[in-house]
Amino acid sequence: MTCEAPVLEVEDLHLHFSLKKNLFDAIRRTQQRKVKALNGVSLEVKRGETLGIVGESGCGKSTLARCLARLYEADKGTIRYDGQEVAAKDASALREYNRKVQMMFQDPYSSLNPRMTVRQVLTEALRVHNMRPPEQIKGRITELLNLVRLPQDAADKLPYEFSGGQRQRIAIARALSVEPEVLIADELVSALDVSVQAQVVNLLLELQEKLGLTILFVAHDLRLVRHVSHRVAVIYLGSIVEIGESEQLFNAPIHPYSKALLAAAPSLDPDKRHTRPSISGELPSPLNVPTGCAFHARCPHASGRCQRESPGLKALDVPGKVACHHAQALLST
Amino acid sequence: MTLPDTLQITTQKKKKLNPRVKALLRPGFLLGFFILSCSIILAVFPWAFAPYDPNAFDFTAIKQPPGRAHPFGTDNLGRDTLSRVIWAYQVDMQIAFFATFFAMVIGVVAGSLVAYHGGIADVIFGRVADVTITFPFLVLVIAVVAVLGPGLTNMYVAVTLVQWVYYARLTRAEIMTQMTSDYASAGRVMGYSSTRIIFRHLLPNAMTPLITFWMTDMALAILLGSSLGYLGLGAQPPQAEWGVLIAEGRNFITTAWWMSLMPGIAIVLTGLGFSLVGDSIADVLRPRGAA
Amino acid sequence: MMTSQNKSLLQVRDLTTTFYRNGRALRAVDGISFDVHAGEVLGLVGESGSGKSISLRSIIGLARDYGTVEGNVYWKGEDLLTRTDKQLQCVRGSQISMIFQEPMTSLNPLLTVGLQIEENLKAHTDLDRPARKARAIELLDTVGIPGASSRLRDFPHQFSGGMRQRVMIAIALASCPELLLADEPTTALDVTIQDQILQLLLSLAKNLNMAIVLVTHDLGVVAQTCDRVAVMYAGRLVETGSVRDVLKRPRHPYTLGLLKSVPESVPPRTPLYSVPGTPPALDALPKGCAFAPRCHMVEDICLGNRPPLSEIGEQISSACHFPEVAGEEVSA
Repeated sequence: MTCEAPVLEVEDLHLHFSLKKNLFDAIRRTQQRKVKALNGVSLEVKRGETLGIVGESGCGKSTLARCLARLYEADKGTIRYDGQEVAAKDASALREYNRKVQMMFQDPYSSLNPRMTVRQVLTEALRVHNMRPPEQIKGRITELLNLVRLPQDAADKLPYEFSGGQRQRIAIARALSVEPEVLIADELVSALDVSVQAQVVNLLLELQEKLGLTILFVAHDLRLVRHVSHRVAVIYLGSIVEIGESEQLFNAPIHPYSKALLAAAPSLDPDKRHTRPSISGELPSPLNVPTGCAFHARCPHASGRCQRESPGLKALDVPGKVACHHAQALLST
Repeated sequence: MTLPDTLQITTQKKKKLNPRVKALLRPGFLLGFFILSCSIILAVFPWAFAPYDPNAFDFTAIKQPPGRAHPFGTDNLGRDTLSRVIWAYQVDMQIAFFATFFAMVIGVVAGSLVAYHGGIADVIFGRVADVTITFPFLVLVIAVVAVLGPGLTNMYVAVTLVQWVYYARLTRAEIMTQMTSDYASAGRVMGYSSTRIIFRHLLPNAMTPLITFWMTDMALAILLGSSLGYLGLGAQPPQAEWGVLIAEGRNFITTAWWMSLMPGIAIVLTGLGFSLVGDSIADVLRPRGAA
Repeated sequence: MMTSQNKSLLQVRDLTTTFYRNGRALRAVDGISFDVHAGEVLGLVGESGSGKSISLRSIIGLARDYGTVEGNVYWKGEDLLTRTDKQLQCVRGSQISMIFQEPMTSLNPLLTVGLQIEENLKAHTDLDRPARKARAIELLDTVGIPGASSRLRDFPHQFSGGMRQRVMIAIALASCPELLLADEPTTALDVTIQDQILQLLLSLAKNLNMAIVLVTHDLGVVAQTCDRVAVMYAGRLVETGSVRDVLKRPRHPYTLGLLKSVPESVPPRTPLYSVPGTPPALDALPKGCAFAPRCHMVEDICLGNRPPLSEIGEQISSACHFPEVAGEEVSA
């Protein structure tokens, strides 16, 4: 299923966006305000696996995905691909990295150029990266459409003629056209209806099997992430709070935030109702991340230490890593 | 329980009238298109329609009111006003094009580049735009013409120098809007060059308001050209140009009103033509499916 | 919850909403009927374009602006659809309130939250100014906004998404409504906040004996909050019944498909059950059962005959020619 060599390694990734100062700020001489989107994310993605990334909106999961696709430049930290640092690469090697790591977006209505037919979209991708000699492009487009299960007459249509699910298939075909090794799916199916979601998820699983792809599945839907992922990372305010084998993490989450997140997901079983909210309070603004453990203000187990010291991601007796001072204690209860 | 093999694509069953064709069938567009076509034909073949030589004096027919021989009357030197108005089409349609085209090209390219790359270039552009827009447009153009000297070519240069800023501003705003769409990010993820992303992906989607603006601008350029002609800074007499013609008629407005009125009507009509076409062209160019 | 027929607060009968686009009639809602009893939570589920939001808006007279609404909506025995907008005002916002999906756009960004609550109190109660203020604080407190008295003077943009939704609920509660129409109130929110808001709505329903019609696309939300559920597809109701009956033993293949598409208690990384195709466009509805082209158990009769919503058990109705077969599928 998976072999152990990591294809992508991320180490201590930081990314802060500076907010523009307005006139009042300038007069009051306030400090430049920063959205702390990523605060030291480290993870490894193994070849052929699906790594799920979950968290609430504003937690930095999309920012991480975009950093990996090089849409954002990280402030600090390194990304390594096949053991080689990405930032140190020259222009042609970067292009090669961009080919090997493809990203798919959430909004099916804005991720395709409204003026280009499917054939133009795919031809462009194939030409720019010289994937096929010109005479084979037509055949390759046929193959790609078959691969994502779109009918052949789809090739000469414009995006507006397709439904949301079909557009996401086109986006998948575009990503696959350059024969990538890693696919980053940023909320790929979140905007789709449930019945269509299942179709696209099935397609993704099937393609991964067939083409040996490594997938980063970024989503807020815990059930979906659990279903498609081998391993899962839970993100809270720009840092990973827990990472581990998917089934292990979902069956017995250790970090209090993972627990709360899982408990909050509405179950389909009307007999499993809970009567109290799983967690109080709201996600703090990434403009001022709390000191110490970012979760301490909402955590039922918080102690004085949690307010002062930020817990690192540590391995425990069980597989996986948790960023919590009380992890060992929580594990034994 | 694998994937469905047949997925129907939503297609319209009945052949509906193409919405683009529909936009073209509106009376406003048809009228504008008719006016513009006539203007272009008059501009290209003035000799075929002008009954007299526009510059030929006829001292036997000075300041004749509109009548059978001279439908628009004659001027103080006995030149046929109709012929002069028709020959002026050539000059004024040229002004409409040359006074806007270069500004548009420069503005669109500059606006796209600063929008996409941002940084210091964008800041500098912002300041330049602010300064340019603070001054009244006509004042700035007159100042530049005053430096370069009067004449049509210098007028084109002056207008281009000022007007490109407006195109660049509009382009910049449009490109910025388009850049929030994921297809722009998708292009970057695919490893496309910035030139390709700007000119192949972003710009075609930003073009619709630019073309509308261009159409309106051509109408304004004719007004501007006429104003400068009237002030003696644009086309030079005896060349027939509407502004020049109006200026010539100015002294005789009480005795020979047709000398100024007829070219005035030509200006209004042509301007109307550009505006009407500009209004409808947005609907024609908008990508289908976008409401 | 067992409630007798005559305790119905709201009776919707043959509600049909038609829009006209480019000279063609589109039936967004096609003859739906259901009852809402006092104090119960009814879920209206469907995918995008199924007409669930339009149904809700038709009930309260908001859909009139863009289409024609036919049928009857009896509020305590009185037909709301025959009333003019003016006559509706004494029901709308006082006895029936509504909250929307996007709390940012449904609050006026230029008015303080306190003013917006007081505005509603002024319209629907005869409290004087200090009493209104006190009531506004009490309401914000009820919906769980910390430091309620200090937040009255804040503007909507100073609240987070979840807090804004709480404010919306506070405004809706201002007049002590007997029915709350909630249009995807938690769709724009994160799961932990969704959880909080749903729990809040449930406790309010219980404490104030308020009925709720909850429109959602998420069957999990229905399972966690509703007493009864009505499933919509292509503008029609395809199944109604108690939540437990419908979710545990659906009698319509569409409900079944929706349920099984959700990856819950499915072995990981196995293909999910998926309903083939996409929902039909409103201007291209099939002649018979609207679901027939996507149905795995379609027969000839489905293509020609539209099955009516008919009672097939105690408090459970299905619009399928083979409701029992559809039900057996889930246990298999």
